[in-house]
Amino acid sequence: MENSRRRFLQIAGVSALGLGATPVLNAFAASGAQGSGYHLDRNENAATAKQWAMVIDTRKLSTPESLRPIINACNTIHNVPTEIQNKNQEIKWIWEAPYHNAFTDEVQKFMDESVEHRPFLLLCNQCENPPCVRACPTQATFKNKEGIVMMDFHRCIGCRFCMAACPFGARSFNFRDPRPFIKKTNTEFPTRMKGVVEKCNFCAERLAVGKKPACVEASGGAIAFGDLYDPNSDVRKLLKENYTIRRKITLGTEPSVYYIV
Amino acid sequence: MKDKKIILVGVAIFVVVVTFPFWYNLGRSAPAPEVVLTPKAQAAEVCVMPTEFMKADHMKLLDVWRHDVVRNGNRIFVNPDGKAFEMSLSNTCLDCHSNTTEFCDRCHDYASVRPYCWDCHIENPKGE
Repeated sequence: MENSRRRFLQIAGVSALGLGATPVLNAFAASGAQGSGYHLDRNENAATAKQWAMVIDTRKLSTPESLRPIINACNTIHNVPTEIQNKNQEIKWIWEAPYHNAFTDEVQKFMDESVEHRPFLLLCNQCENPPCVRACPTQATFKNKEGIVMMDFHRCIGCRFCMAACPFGARSFNFRDPRPFIKKTNTEFPTRMKGVVEKCNFCAERLAVGKKPACVEASGGAIAFGDLYDPNSDVRKLLKENYTIRRKITLGTEPSVYYIV
Repeated sequence: MKDKKIILVGVAIFVVVVTFPFWYNLGRSAPAPEVVLTPKAQAAEVCVMPTEFMKADHMKLLDVWRHDVVRNGNRIFVNPDGKAFEMSLSNTCLDCHSNTTEFCDRCHDYASVRPYCWDCHIENPKGE
């Protein structure tokens, strides 16, 4: 009898503490800057989509020289540190690779030589089912409303689980402070810091003001960009009329970057 | 209670040592820092929010900004007066407050806070 009375008092005491703590915690939670009469909005020119996608016409980009201005456009706009000499530490947002490395599960024994020797533009595929997002322990990388796999560098702790999860090698880790390795800094875009992972963001900052991604703009029409789920978009028109391939579709990540070969 | 004396002396020494920073600095507090406004900031007169709000809550507002821009894709801030701003530290805040050493750092040093904004965001976008 005495035992159960003691137990009752213990439970009552802990419950009272819990009930007393709720208003205190609520007060702390409410003391943010919210509710001060302002509101947040989108830019009125912002382009929106359910899932942004890209179609790269590799027939029009058949030489390494034709890819260079596209890669450079991205690197300069996003302050990508291109001067890192150590290949193990290089940072890539959009880069060039041969067919065998890009389409590992679609290599034939004997292939169309023009395709086999063509350079391919590779970038983050902005997968519809991104494995990097599932791997991230802090939700620093996440899929946004427009289907872009975004990086929130403020949250990245540099664990590199996402790099291990990404089957496309689209992510790079900043092993060192990238600033000394940036050729010319674009002051309108941040750099990154040591210890974060970075990758292509489909130019989310340009889409927000109604511009096309930098690579699309620099490609002279060889790269199309649009909403994958809008039947009248540029990409859907191209997909309807051309045979396209995507990278490693057998993995089920549903890449949003298509290649016309 | 043979050790009463020793204990009392020990307690006295302990109290003196623990309170040392308080009485050592008594009456000679460092002067509060004065922030310098650039001519552009002076001409604008009012920031994105009232000055009192900015003084107390700029860090919370910046946190809302960074969260909403990156994660929700909203990039426009409309203040209570209906005036719209782009939510950008380097492009909007530093457009007026381009003197980070005299505006940001003075208070931050005084309050001993070390934000790491400039590890990534460009500290001096205008190159002044």
